[in-house]
Amino acid sequence: MRSDTFFRLLLFLSGVFLLILLSAIFITLCLSSLPSLRSFGLFFVIGRSWNPISKKFGACPFLIGTFLTSTAALLISLPFSLSISILLGEYLNNRFFSAVFKSVIELLAGIPSVIYGFWGLFVLVPIVRWVELKIHAAPYGVGLLAASLVLSIMIIPYSAFLSIEILKLVPPEIKEAAYSLGATRYEVVKFVALPYSYSGIFGGVLLAFGRALGETMAVTMVIGNSDFLPKSFLSPGNTIASVIANEFTEAAGRLHLSSLIELGLILFVLTAVTNILGDFVVKRMSFQGS
Amino acid sequence: MKRISMLILMGALAFALSSCSSHKPTSVSRSSSSKLATLLGAGSTFGYPLYSKMFQAYYKKHGLKVNYEPIGSGGGQRQLFNKTVDFGASDVYLTSAQMKRTHDAILNMPTCMGAVAMTYNLPGKLEIRFTPQILAGIFLGTIKKWNAPAIEKADPGVHLPDLPIMTVHRTDGSGDTGIFTSYLSKVSSAWKKKVGHGLAVSWPNGLGAKGNAGVAGLIEKTPGSIGYITLIYALQNKMSYGMVMNAHKKFIKPTLKSISLAGNVKLPPDTRILVTNSKVAGAYPISGFTWLLFYKEQNYNGRTKQRAKELVELLWWMIHHGQKFTKPMDYAPLPPKVVKLDEKILKSVTYNGKPLL
Repeated sequence: MRSDTFFRLLLFLSGVFLLILLSAIFITLCLSSLPSLRSFGLFFVIGRSWNPISKKFGACPFLIGTFLTSTAALLISLPFSLSISILLGEYLNNRFFSAVFKSVIELLAGIPSVIYGFWGLFVLVPIVRWVELKIHAAPYGVGLLAASLVLSIMIIPYSAFLSIEILKLVPPEIKEAAYSLGATRYEVVKFVALPYSYSGIFGGVLLAFGRALGETMAVTMVIGNSDFLPKSFLSPGNTIASVIANEFTEAAGRLHLSSLIELGLILFVLTAVTNILGDFVVKRMSFQGS
Repeated sequence: MKRISMLILMGALAFALSSCSSHKPTSVSRSSSSKLATLLGAGSTFGYPLYSKMFQAYYKKHGLKVNYEPIGSGGGQRQLFNKTVDFGASDVYLTSAQMKRTHDAILNMPTCMGAVAMTYNLPGKLEIRFTPQILAGIFLGTIKKWNAPAIEKADPGVHLPDLPIMTVHRTDGSGDTGIFTSYLSKVSSAWKKKVGHGLAVSWPNGLGAKGNAGVAGLIEKTPGSIGYITLIYALQNKMSYGMVMNAHKKFIKPTLKSISLAGNVKLPPDTRILVTNSKVAGAYPISGFTWLLFYKEQNYNGRTKQRAKELVELLWWMIHHGQKFTKPMDYAPLPPKVVKLDEKILKSVTYNGKPLL
């Protein structure tokens, strides 16, 4: 009996510890970004110049870069992750291939992001440059497009896995009922399974979006790291995470450092909100399912 | 049920947020009474290979360990201000505004010289000659093609390709950026007005990459690109780099000799000077010193006299015996004039007001 209470206490304490850790990170970010918050206020999110010399820091190009690359990555990855999940959930049930596919996705999720970055730099960027030359655009190669492509590959495993789990939650009775009415597999997927899982898949998409927002290494390597408002989807840009990765170690000025930390705070809040939202949607879905 | 647990979670989070009050950074104090302490240094990545070689040799001879972390010039300055290191290393000297940030006097001491090479990716092994106007034009974005008239005029007989120019710069604050932008500010009023100089600037155009390795990688993979790189890095990676016109209107290749020549100017006693666009004949114009930074009064944070003395002795060794490690590692040694200045600086270091040397 005593060991039981002790165990409970232990579990509770570790849980509380995590909460404290999370809030400590949040508070640290808030406190350290105070100088920048005070100096720039709203200018920080709408300002376009990031100038360490005149000490004016406006992060608008980075916010837009983050939003553009993450959204594009989602749109590119969605058809793939959805087809994989439908294939595994509806077509390849309990087969050898299903296991192979699943471990391939797991492997994709396990590859360190720096390797995606290398691959992007050595394989993807030359291809993008070749395309840019063909359409007579500035042949940077690196840029928003390259970053979105790398990101989309990186988030496929996440949205695919979630979609698989969510498709599993569709009650078999409904599907069987549809089959008994003579529906084909395609019709079952289109009219039963997918409509049933829409909100869950949307939640999964949000979670994948949260991951794309904060991805640092691979994006930094292929995005071109330029501080301007991107003119087109082919131009080089910057994301919140890549700016922090690039500048944090060498930022000498107090305001520069504080501005970078405020970027971190923004990223923290953005990621937290998308994650909570995504989690909420997915949970509500699974709640309905069970 | 779900909603209730959600509420509890939120409540717990709010509680945790409110109960965790602001925390002050604990001041780092060290007391080292043992004879052979470990000195701590941090900063410049440019100087890192040389310093680690020097410290290794010093350890073999004198048994003193130096733990140096190459966290970058900005980081080195920060650590010195926080007094968490015995010395900081920086590719730029501290500005007067930075010196005023602390009440304790800080000394800047050059340890060796380096230069920035202009590297590019063009078909064939071309050696391009750059005038100040060309460099400023390229990085301001007014010269857009490799076969622009300005470049053709400076490079007669060179087959310049019809390629768009793409500039590559460092995204991390770096001494290389400091030296290069200081040079551009000196030779181009347009650059001075629009951009200015510093460890990190707001670039008018082009791509960014982190570190020398990042810039080199991007240049290697982007035809028509140009960027600035520490000479050592360009040499060791066999990259092609150009000649730059100096103040005497001569095109100079960056070599250890032409870099050392750039430092052979009249220096202020505190050595805080950028020797870019040096007036010395034969000098490579985009050269500069790299500095070690330390406090004039060494008794702070409870440091022992022993520790202070060991630091000064190490620094003395670095500007004398240590200089022999520079050339084999592609760093330019200090000109004799500067060594003399450094000696004076070291002799001014005190412990409780008494000189240590």
